[in-house]
Amino acid sequence: MTVGMRASDDAVRTAVDAAYRDAWGQVVATLIGLTGDWDLAEDCAQDAFAAALATWRRDGIPNNPGAWLTTTARNRATDRLRRDATGRAKLRQLAVFVREEPSIEEIPDERLRLIFTCCHPALPFEARVALTLRTLTGLSTGEIARAFLTAESAMAQRLVRAKRKISEAGIPYRVPPAELLPQRLAAVLAVLYLIFNEGYDEHDETRALAAEAIHLARVLTRLMPTEPEPRGLLALMLLNEARRATRTDDGVLVPLEHQDRAQWDRGLIDEGVAVLDDAISMRRGGPYQVQAAIAACHDTAADVGNTDWPQIARLYNELLRLAPSPVVELNRAVAVAMAESIPAGLALVDGLVESGRLEKYHLLYATRADLLRRDGRKDEARAAYEQALGLAPTEAERRYLTGRIGEL
Amino acid sequence: MKYVLLICDDESKSPSNEELDADPVHQAWLADLDRRGGRLYGARLRPIADATSVRVRKGETLVSDGPYAETKDFVGGIVVIDCADLDEAIVIAAGHPYAQWGGVEIRPLWE
Repeated sequence: MTVGMRASDDAVRTAVDAAYRDAWGQVVATLIGLTGDWDLAEDCAQDAFAAALATWRRDGIPNNPGAWLTTTARNRATDRLRRDATGRAKLRQLAVFVREEPSIEEIPDERLRLIFTCCHPALPFEARVALTLRTLTGLSTGEIARAFLTAESAMAQRLVRAKRKISEAGIPYRVPPAELLPQRLAAVLAVLYLIFNEGYDEHDETRALAAEAIHLARVLTRLMPTEPEPRGLLALMLLNEARRATRTDDGVLVPLEHQDRAQWDRGLIDEGVAVLDDAISMRRGGPYQVQAAIAACHDTAADVGNTDWPQIARLYNELLRLAPSPVVELNRAVAVAMAESIPAGLALVDGLVESGRLEKYHLLYATRADLLRRDGRKDEARAAYEQALGLAPTEAERRYLTGRIGEL
Repeated sequence: MKYVLLICDDESKSPSNEELDADPVHQAWLADLDRRGGRLYGARLRPIADATSVRVRKGETLVSDGPYAETKDFVGGIVVIDCADLDEAIVIAAGHPYAQWGGVEIRPLWE
């Protein structure tokens, strides 16, 4: 299994890091599938990665690091279960996995079962997010806590409670059957998108969360090759990520129209568009595909003036039909303002203000302010920018809005 | 797995036992549960007007009228079921007529 040569410390460290990225979720998923014990699975995966550092230095880096790690973790689990009576009873039930050593290529990829179980709707939403990150990407509890601005002890508690509920409430470890799949898949996609957006915000400087979300979306598209929406989500993430570098300048938010498009990542845009085309060719639409199509309109336009606003307005209409929400209505209002006329867009925004549904949402007022400014209604624009400023959650947005007020 | 389904609503509807027995949704639900072999026990509870709550504090027994918790929905019946896992319990709970206007709380038995 190994190439049988000692490997340098650097080479081993690089190989273990790469394996951690690619194989952590798979090792944990396989071990949960075999033992049904989430804590044991995580502990043994951790042990296997620690063992890899020492063993690979001595024996060389194996040809298939993921397989080596899975086998090692599985053996570790067997040893630990042998130590006590309940464990031995469990091992007898799991005779298959003690008796033989299946060739590692035969071990199926269990990550899909793991993703669906982590994102089960009977778990609190925050717990789904934390559990997905912990078990599938191997981010430590401390790293997850920092990413969500939560105390590590609280995050640890959240993970413990979630795992306990899975076992005590009988949440099945499986990919849901066809009749449950659309709803459950939507729940999985929502978790991945939240992780991405959390990472897209300013406080994730290391980009860890956005990178993990894209990685998980890629895994999901490989594991569900016939489902279009995971592809739609991956495309959406890639098309947003492509613009990330230009979203702020020196800590000030830069709106789409002023972003330096030459700096957008062409590679990500091309990949995003290709993934989206793939999804659309399956001819089953969905909200992530529509959102990705809107992002693609922006990403492939030379500038704001050359953006296909009528198409974007149509796509928002479609999105409203698939996934109605006041935020989507607000975005549609902008597209209508650009495609038809500012007053037409303003009328839609004013309708939203009157409905009171986005009362606390700073972008409602920022959008209204922006349209009023374009319409030459300076005093009203200033008042609306000030409303937005009072509600804006990030420093970058507050700086941007302050700048706007100054320009009026 | 064994679960208790707590059948809840706000008691504004209060169908009689006869009405409930005649409800085609309720009949279909019972038939489905029996087909799954999952019905261990079931009972309807009298309304909260007949409820009494007991608490013991500092050795003193405190008795009050009404349900324990001041919530919008109250437990109106309990069903003990045995089924494969939470997903099956969710399917069973969703078939109960009260799920359409009240709600069903699924609680695993502590065994």
